[in-house]
Parts: sequence; C-alpha cells; structure tokens
Amino acid sequence: MKYSYFPGCTAKTTSAEFGISSEAVCAALNIELLELEDWNCCGASSAHSLNHELSLSLPGRNVALAQEAGLDIVTPCPACYQNSLSADEALREDAEWRREMESLLDFRYTGKARPRHLLDVIAHDLSIDAIRAKVVKPLTGLKVACYYGCVLVRPPEKTGWDDAEYPMTMDRLMEALGAEPVDWSHKVDCCGASMALSNSDVVANLSGQIVDGAIEAGADCVVVACGMCHVNLDTRQAPSPGKPQMPILYFTELMALAFGLPEVEKLFGKHIVDPRPLLRAQKLIS
Amino acid sequence: MTIPVGTDLVFREVVRERSGEDIHKCFYCQKCTVGCPTAYMMDYTPAQLLRLIQLGQKDKVLGSSAIWMCIGCEICGTRCPNQIRLAPVMDTLRQISLEQSYQPEPAVYALHRSFLDNIKLWGRVHELTMLMEYKIRCLLMRYSLFFQGLFSDLKLGGALMLRGKITLLPERIKRLKEIQNLYEKTGPSGNQEER
Repeated sequence: MKYSYFPGCTAKTTSAEFGISSEAVCAALNIELLELEDWNCCGASSAHSLNHELSLSLPGRNVALAQEAGLDIVTPCPACYQNSLSADEALREDAEWRREMESLLDFRYTGKARPRHLLDVIAHDLSIDAIRAKVVKPLTGLKVACYYGCVLVRPPEKTGWDDAEYPMTMDRLMEALGAEPVDWSHKVDCCGASMALSNSDVVANLSGQIVDGAIEAGADCVVVACGMCHVNLDTRQAPSPGKPQMPILYFTELMALAFGLPEVEKLFGKHIVDPRPLLRAQKLIS
Repeated sequence: MTIPVGTDLVFREVVRERSGEDIHKCFYCQKCTVGCPTAYMMDYTPAQLLRLIQLGQKDKVLGSSAIWMCIGCEICGTRCPNQIRLAPVMDTLRQISLEQSYQPEPAVYALHRSFLDNIKLWGRVHELTMLMEYKIRCLLMRYSLFFQGLFSDLKLGGALMLRGKITLLPERIKRLKEIQNLYEKTGPSGNQEER
C-alpha cells in the first residue's frame, strides 16, 4: 500500500519519537510512505486564529503537492490532519478559490488525495489480523488509557471517526497488541494544546486532569496519537510525593515494541517521564 | 420597541456570513459552555458570547478576552443540538477584532503572530527562533509577560533540547517564495501591522 506522507513539523522535532516510530511501523506493515517533496507547515492553530485565507492556503499547498500522485495523504499529526481536511474541502467546494489556488501554485486539483490520519490508515486499511500477525512480543498485562484528544475525532462530520465522544479505534488496536485498554472518562478531552506557551497554567490544569483520570482508572500509561498531546501530558506532570509519574507513549511506539522493532528502544530516552522502568517491570524491554 | 445603545444589527449578519455558522439557531441550552475546557478562564462564556452576537453587542464581543481563550477543541460544535460550530465563529471574531483594531489578549496574540512569522521565514516551524520572537514580543507588549513562566520555560526548553527535540538550526524549504506568495495573497490580516 502506498500513501503520500506529510510528517508535519513536530515529527522531526518535539515529537521525533512519533515520526521515527511511525515510519518504522509502516515499513514493518508494508505501508509505503512517499514523503511530499518540499512540504510546509500547515499553520497549526495560529493561521486559523488570525487569518482565514492563510489557514486554507498553507495546508492547501501540501494538498496541491499530493494531487499528481493521487494517493491519500497520511499524517501522524491531528492538527495537520484537521487543517489539511479544511484546505481540501475548500478546494473541492469553492470553485473560485480552487481556480485562484491552482494558478498561484501551478497545479490541478483532482480530489483524489484525501487527507488521513495515520491511526485511521493503520486501523482501517489493514485488517486487525494482519496487525496481530506481526506481534512477536505481546504487551500482556500492560494497562493502557487510550487518549484521542480533540481534533483527531472532532468535528465528527469532517473526521468521520467511529464515535466522537467515546471512540474505540485505538483501544481495539491496543487489544490486538495484547495490551489491556482501560475504561476512562477523558478520552476526548482537550490537553490545552496551543496554550502551552501563552497560558501554561491552563495546560497544567487540563493535562493534569487527564493524567489524574488515567491514574484513577488504574492505567500504567497513557497512549496518544498526537505530538502536542504528548508534549503537554509528558512535560506538565509536577513531581509530587506519593503520586506516580505517568508515562505517555505514542501508539506507534507500543506497536514497534510489540513488533520487536529494535529502533524503538532508543526513543524511550527522549521522554521526560521515562517509560523504561514500567516497560522493564512488564518484561517488555531488558 | 427601543433598541439599546451600542447595538449593531449588521454585526451578527457579518459573523454569520463569514463563519458560515447559523448563530441565530442558538436557544441557549449552554451545552457548549458546560463542555468547554477553558470557559473558566473566559469573561463571557461561549453561550453568553453567542447571545451577545445575536443581540448585536459588537463592542462587548470583540473586546472580550473569551474570543482569545478558545483553543478550538471543537467540543462545543460536536455537542450543539443546533449544529452550531463555535470554533469557526471564534476564528471569525478574532479576525474581525484585529481588522477593527480591538485589543487582543497579548500572550495569545504574540504566540500566534510569532508562529506565523516563523512559517514565513522558513516554510516550517523552527521552535527555537519562534520562541525567541515570542519572548521578545511579550517583552515589548507587557514587561511582566516576559517574566511570566520564563524560568519554567527555560528549564523545559533545556530538557527538550538535551533530548534533541528542539533543534538549534532551522530547516528552510526549497520553494519558500511560494509560501511568501501565499502570505502576500491572503493579505492584511495575515500581515497585521505591528501593534
């Protein structure tokens, strides 16, 4: 299976673990990722906050870059995914905008390259048996709280996720790896996202509630599908006596671990809350 | 019937048109407010803001801090029984407030501005230079903002840098001119003059 690949800015930097593990897992599953040549930043929360047209044209350029190949555009970042969806929708529905963009960026819109999130591709384009077949080191006994966050699943009419309030896609994937997903109440809460810098107390509050919820549900770790969620949950856990530090792992890191891919172990050192003591205790790493 | 002073009935039509959301349908059930993760920080709750728009209270809406406290998590729109998505409404309100020179929430605005400047410079976001601009903007706008969280930010930045998650050197895309053309085309609010 072939896809156009839009890693997004953070997959190379703040969420390098996500980028590296995503690419390793896709290679193991025979998912071929063809990186869009010369892709640019989608504008994140900032473009749509300040300038509507800019928020459609920045991700619009990436959508334009994918038109010729006509393959679905896969991204591991929910913000990139969401912004690309909006850009694709504008190009599809607004003929005047499409003409302007086509002449400005010199491309022809075919509508064949749908923006997709990596979790959607792995969970829906492959059978769960194909994933199970790759598992060499089952994550038996590992209790995981699957955290989906906000714009991966919302708004539902754009993303078409299984359930906007209580999704199960990642939970089923974790089950296939042998892990034990817990039931909990914070699956689709927001971590505070872009307020990380401008109002860090808001992020500490919102992310703190999510981590507390996972502890209460008896989870060993929180599993995420977003670089921003990871940064906020991983870095805003103030150490306090008697309270366990909650490791935050990308779903692709756990997949790589279960698939026995060697490159994953060095990624764990990049986390602020070190997941290695937990994984050692579970006999998943040596 | 008397219309209160300060009522601008064109305003609500402009918001409806630009956001594409039918704000007139709101019957004030307040599900948006109950679900909103940042409502506790807002001067007007999301539902109050919608009501103020319906009533044409332009100054109160555009001058509120609430429009800058929305993080666009889309929970309001997902739960609204009238399918009103507030996230695009909030975007529209921020954009109109800038066009009409209302005062934005300084830290939030400084961050977005620095982020967009950074994309224009490299085509992708480079955290280190973006953060530097953000801190300078904070310093220029409000002295205390610069110091707010400075030491925790530095500590965290250092930890991320040690782990190779913040890189020293930016990566510039090859056809940066195309990005700059997009900024030029999308015009004044994308290049809001220094304030």
